Amino acid sequence: MSITMIFITAIFVNNIVLSQFLGICPFLGVSKKISTALGMGLAVMFVMTISSIATYLIYYRLLVPYHLEFMNTVVFILVIAALVQMVEIILKKTSPALYQALGIYLPLITTNCTVLGVAILAVQKGFSLSLSVCFGLANAAGFTLAIILMAGLRERIAQNADALPASVRGAPIVLITAALLSMAFMGFSGIGN
Amino acid sequence: MSSTSFSNLTRGIVRENPVFVMMLGMCPTLGVTTSLENALGMGTATAFTLILSNSVISLVKNLIPSMVRIPCYIVLIATIVSIIDMLMAARLPALHETLGIYIPLIVVNCIILGRAEAFASKNNLFQSVLDALGMGIGFTLALALLGSVREIIGAGSLLGYNFIGEEGTPVLLFIMPPGAFLALAGLIMLFNRLRGANK
Repeated sequence: MSITMIFITAIFVNNIVLSQFLGICPFLGVSKKISTALGMGLAVMFVMTISSIATYLIYYRLLVPYHLEFMNTVVFILVIAALVQMVEIILKKTSPALYQALGIYLPLITTNCTVLGVAILAVQKGFSLSLSVCFGLANAAGFTLAIILMAGLRERIAQNADALPASVRGAPIVLITAALLSMAFMGFSGIGN
Repeated sequence: MSSTSFSNLTRGIVRENPVFVMMLGMCPTLGVTTSLENALGMGTATAFTLILSNSVISLVKNLIPSMVRIPCYIVLIATIVSIIDMLMAARLPALHETLGIYIPLIVVNCIILGRAEAFASKNNLFQSVLDALGMGIGFTLALALLGSVREIIGAGSLLGYNFIGEEGTPVLLFIMPPGAFLALAGLIMLFNRLRGANK
């Protein structure tokens, strides 16, 4: 699979949020404003790219030689949790501006299932190191695109919230918006097959 | 059974239903409910993990220093999920294949860590198991409800039994990704409406 194809399929055709249902919690929870959605998206992109490299190296250099492949879920979640913590500490020291911008979104990423999901999928698909990194970056970009689009729609809906029937307010209207967004993304299906 | 035990058991089924009331564990809820069978499989696997993790965490809660409790809980949960993953791969290969990536992802299901932190770390073994059982049943029921709605509308069948005949056309959209969001939105709307009527 070429790198361009990985990007197109991960961002549009098989969008991680809208067609694979990973990372739904932040997608529904942190999409009230475009600025916070952008912060979350960037934080995920940052961590996902680094975690793709880390999980690849650990899987092929540590687990495979010792025949411990069955430990991958346990090891990956630990690596991701430690990585998030480490990135947070390093950023705080070296780049306070970026640390301020990512703020509370960094620790939240540990429980974002896209990071673990992408690490496991990359191993299942048998990608090489460079393809794994591209796969991680592309899926994170897909996540960012989806959450920013969603935030834009929700900002517009919030301006006219009085027009909504009482039973639709809150979660249902968010889910209906997500359904319409997901339907729009289905228009891309078939590309790359 | 005393009233607190009963309340711990029933809390997760209706009052604090993880899916419809707390909105936790959305990824598997939307991802695997294309049919009732998948929904039941996922619900049972999650309930099983929840019961095991709640009992283990309740037993070791005094041994874990509170500073590092979250990483410890995650390692315990990940171990339990790996065991269930391997058991399912060996005993139920077909179901394991359809649920795919969502089985290892039970680790990051917020319901499990949420119950560990909010309940099992403060209560004894018996109450923790009751709580896990209630939450597990609540989650499975919610998934089964969503799975049935999607299978009936989207495939015109239930548990693989087709009842619209050869010439019937099901609304395919409902077993595709947008249908998951729509069906859940519809069910929550219905619950909001019913709850509003009770007030």
